[in-house]
Amino acid sequence: MTAQDAEALLEARGIVKIFGQHRALDDVSFALRAGEVHALLGENGAGKSTLIKILTGAYRPDGGEVRLQGAPVSFRDPLHAQSHGIGTVYQEVNLLPNRSVAENLFLGHQPTRWGLVRRKEIEARARNILVTYGLDIDVREELSSFSVAVQQIVAIARAVELSGKVLVLDEPTASLDRNEVDRLFDVIRSLKARGLGIIFITHFLDQVFALADRVTILRNGRKIATHALTEVNTTDVVRMMLGKDVAFDHHLTGLAGATHGAPCVRFAGLGRKGSVAPFTLDVHEGEVVGVAGLLGSGRTEMARLMFGIDLADSGQITVDGKPATIRNPAQAVAAGFGFCPEDRKLDGIFGELSVRENIIIALQAKLGWFRALNREDQIDLAGRYADALDIRAANHDMPVKLLSGGNQQKVILARWLAIDPSFLILDEPTRGIDVGAHAEIVRTINRLREEGLGLFVISSELDEVVAYSNRVVVMRDRQMVAELTGADVAPDRIVQAIAGTPVLPVSAVAEVAP
Amino acid sequence: MNRSLRPLVATAAIFLLAYMVAVAQFPAMASTRVLGNFLTDNAFLGIAAVGMTFVILSGGIDLSVGAVIGFTTVLIAVLVMWAGLHPLLAFAIALIVAALFGAGMGAAIYYLRVPSFIVTLAGMFLARGAASVLSPDSIGIKHSFYTTVSKSYLLMPGGGRLSVVGIMMLLVFLAGIVIAHRTRFGSYVYALGGSETSAALMGVPVARTTILIYTLSSTLAGLAGVVFSLYTSAGYSLNALGVELDAIAAVVIGGTLLTGGYGLVAGTFIGVMLQGLVQTYIVFDGTLSSWWTKIVIGALLFMFILLQRLLHSAAPRRRKRLWTA
Amino acid sequence: MTRPTAQIHPAPQPPALRHRSVTAALLRPQFLALLVLLAINWLLFPGFFTTTWQDGRLFGSLIDVLNRGTPVAILAIGMTAVIATKGVDLSVGAVMAIAGATAAVMVTGGHSAVLAVAAALATGLLCGLWNGLLVTTLSIQPIIATLVLMVAGRGLAQLITEGSIVTFTDPVLIFIGTGAVAGLPTPVVVLIALTILTTLAVRRTALGLLIEAVGINRSAARFAGIKASALLLVVYAFAGLCAALAGLIVAGDIRGADANNAGLWLELDAILAVVVGGTSLLGGRFSIPMSVVGAMIIQAMNTGILISGFSPQFNLVVKSAVIILILVLQSPFAANLLQRRHLKAPPKAQEGDRA
Repeated sequence: MTAQDAEALLEARGIVKIFGQHRALDDVSFALRAGEVHALLGENGAGKSTLIKILTGAYRPDGGEVRLQGAPVSFRDPLHAQSHGIGTVYQEVNLLPNRSVAENLFLGHQPTRWGLVRRKEIEARARNILVTYGLDIDVREELSSFSVAVQQIVAIARAVELSGKVLVLDEPTASLDRNEVDRLFDVIRSLKARGLGIIFITHFLDQVFALADRVTILRNGRKIATHALTEVNTTDVVRMMLGKDVAFDHHLTGLAGATHGAPCVRFAGLGRKGSVAPFTLDVHEGEVVGVAGLLGSGRTEMARLMFGIDLADSGQITVDGKPATIRNPAQAVAAGFGFCPEDRKLDGIFGELSVRENIIIALQAKLGWFRALNREDQIDLAGRYADALDIRAANHDMPVKLLSGGNQQKVILARWLAIDPSFLILDEPTRGIDVGAHAEIVRTINRLREEGLGLFVISSELDEVVAYSNRVVVMRDRQMVAELTGADVAPDRIVQAIAGTPVLPVSAVAEVAP
Repeated sequence: MNRSLRPLVATAAIFLLAYMVAVAQFPAMASTRVLGNFLTDNAFLGIAAVGMTFVILSGGIDLSVGAVIGFTTVLIAVLVMWAGLHPLLAFAIALIVAALFGAGMGAAIYYLRVPSFIVTLAGMFLARGAASVLSPDSIGIKHSFYTTVSKSYLLMPGGGRLSVVGIMMLLVFLAGIVIAHRTRFGSYVYALGGSETSAALMGVPVARTTILIYTLSSTLAGLAGVVFSLYTSAGYSLNALGVELDAIAAVVIGGTLLTGGYGLVAGTFIGVMLQGLVQTYIVFDGTLSSWWTKIVIGALLFMFILLQRLLHSAAPRRRKRLWTA
Repeated sequence: MTRPTAQIHPAPQPPALRHRSVTAALLRPQFLALLVLLAINWLLFPGFFTTTWQDGRLFGSLIDVLNRGTPVAILAIGMTAVIATKGVDLSVGAVMAIAGATAAVMVTGGHSAVLAVAAALATGLLCGLWNGLLVTTLSIQPIIATLVLMVAGRGLAQLITEGSIVTFTDPVLIFIGTGAVAGLPTPVVVLIALTILTTLAVRRTALGLLIEAVGINRSAARFAGIKASALLLVVYAFAGLCAALAGLIVAGDIRGADANNAGLWLELDAILAVVVGGTSLLGGRFSIPMSVVGAMIIQAMNTGILISGFSPQFNLVVKSAVIILILVLQSPFAANLLQRRHLKAPPKAQEGDRA
């Protein structure tokens, strides 16, 4: 765990990256050796992608330096990094689906004679290269006619052929099935044997243990630790990923198991093939159900099914004891549901609309085209909720895109409170906002519960989940694997459920080291 | 089968079927004489459509094509009749002007990050306007070179005449096929149409390629203007009105995906021929009115857009939107 | 169910805001541009502002600008709504021709003018619905979906008129194109009424806000429970209706339907008017009255070129110059320049790219 590593092939020392007022990376050091697979772990917002982008030249660091084979380097862009031997394969295959496999391998480097591309030579060379990766395919076929796994291998082959020292794999297994993952791992192991340094980013812990030699864990822009995977187990890793670092003034220890009101919604056997296995869940008035699970465990997909964004292929929804049909968000809104999505920019805010309009838009959509809220009503509503949630904006006519992340989040929360919901889904409500706003959102969640709402809150912050949840459901591999109540609503129990290790008595679990 | 090939096969089948129906009804349509006229009459459209194919393959659109043709005819007429230049010199100047014009549009599209349809719309106004500023009236061209060219042809078996402009179109198509499928530039064009982000990450010089694509399109539109000038022996600012729409239709009917990335230059040739066939059939029929051409072409366009929608929605992929191109 | 209604007091609202926004609206660059253009016209032709009363109606160059600018302005009203949803309608010129042809053929066929007008408007509505269906149910990009009707529409119009220019003498249709109401040309009155009605329809109902929301962020609109498809269908249908109205006016003006030339290239003028009026081609915030002002700016330019003795075709060059100017002003380049100048008072920092 030293900052300077004598054997390092690619090394980052004391990297700092600042976006606005947000420190995405704070003094992060990282070293990759030749011939190792080095896993990089952390929840969304931990700084993995930012670190990768700095290592591959997509971003420039605001502090610290990157060294390649001991020499400081500064890459202009990913192409420049590639020419120095660092190749990247992204989660979504960044190749051309419309061109042949051979052309995807050689685009920009095609051998030519008299200005004409030597197609036969390209195809022969492509075939030879891919055979070494265990692929025997017709390289003249369009890339999109092959499975994602084959496309990934083609992308890896291209990256290795053009760079050859370091390979960065950014969630390459996200959309692969078991066999495909095994196949990909064979390829990665053979590259490791060839002496490449491989950085492997994933959310699947079992894959980390199956493939990687060492792991570096990031959280909230800081490096937590680097370990050889022989030294640690799954529970240790989950703890390090989700550990505690935000202190709340509202830590309600007596909350778990507190009495709650009548059931307000019931999801019975709700599920969708390839998305979430059928689950059954009741949420009561005045109850917060927390959802824990790593990214990709199916927690967001669960919320999308509930809100009709994805269409469920099984199960029923009951609202206030009556069966409800929810096949699109409009019907969910009509049933009294609200949903604060994880990606605010993409799915939440209307950047150019004013704060006021952003707050009243869901209510207006619910009222329909012709029952328009007049300006006075709008001002009144926006004012009320902005005050109640302490939204800090110079005025409510300014575009919402000028607000800080925390205030934008509160605006979306206000939008749903304005429809007077009975059931509210919050997907990572505290993601990417500063610590002060963070605590306020947690306070607000507690207050909404006290006022009788049913809440379903997804979060990667265990302390936070524990702070406001009456019950916690745990997701793993797109299934609901545990429902923790009472004294079990505790960070260590949740960690164990996520890691899939047997649940030990509370007393036997050591305190998580900070 | 390759996704670029399927619509092409459909187009070719429709063309053959339509041609056989036409020949069954009017046996004279099978003669090389009709074929020769066919090539001559559609030469300017075909040449412009080759340029349009490249633009659409890259995910853009060029609305200035017809206007550039019109402008070129006027510029040539002015240079030949008023400045007394030899037509060949006038052609060269016109092509250079057209190329610069296209390079300017390409640069604007890339550097100003404006949808191609808006930039080329401005280009269309500019070219038409400039043409009418040069001369609002039609200028007839009388020059021995023009007479020589119009009298030159290759005799095909069966008495058909393959005119100079017809040969030019065939050569442009051949060159287009080679550029699209056998050069790095061609692969970059397809790459841009597939995904601009991926293309940039894979090292495609996006700026240079974009500028070259529109330069090529305008240059070919200029060449189409030369052909139009030879074909009509006149320069007029309102020449080739709406040819951009015919060219787009030819490209799409020829199987190129309007959102870019898929298609073949050879398909555009069949698209142009199919349009020519519709026109010729209507002329032969005599009872059908000319407006049926537009309706039939519109219906074909719709059919192919629908077909592509079905072909390409089966396997969803991130598609570059024309609108934000 | 309870909700946090803890402290109910309205947000502080500057009392003069309403008033100020009206003044601000009048100070927009579009109005200045229009004033400058009118002033130039006046310098070129001192009688420009002279308006006389004759035979119960107003005459003069200014009235002429309004009258000539009306078809594009009406198209621009429909186009504004479409562009606000991040779409575009290339078919409006062809739809004008179809609607004009329908009306002309109906009256020459002996039907009443009222029926003819109704049929023309219905045709426009149908054309708009067709576009809307392609855009919503088949999810074809608007520019491509409306291209179909742009290509085929003129053929359809010619099919209706059977290729000839159908002239008519029906007084009602002619009145729509050339008559006068309360001293103003009928088209201008129609335009004013349509502008007011549409503005009220989008601003007094929730339509305007919902259209903007869909145009700004389609995904967020879905999450907020907005039904975008129905909205898009209405918007395209409305654009078709506006096109039909413009087609009726043009047909009435020339007392006939010219399927070849009616509305030729006017879709492009309409798009230009919307852009000049300040609505972004990327969707979102829109203003119907400003698009009408945009159309009048274009017409004032045309008129200016005409009275200064240049060939009428010269205005194409000027038009392209205007587009280029706007594109440069709206480009990231200009945005960067402006931002650099305003660096002293930066907006509240946004959150950075999250990792």
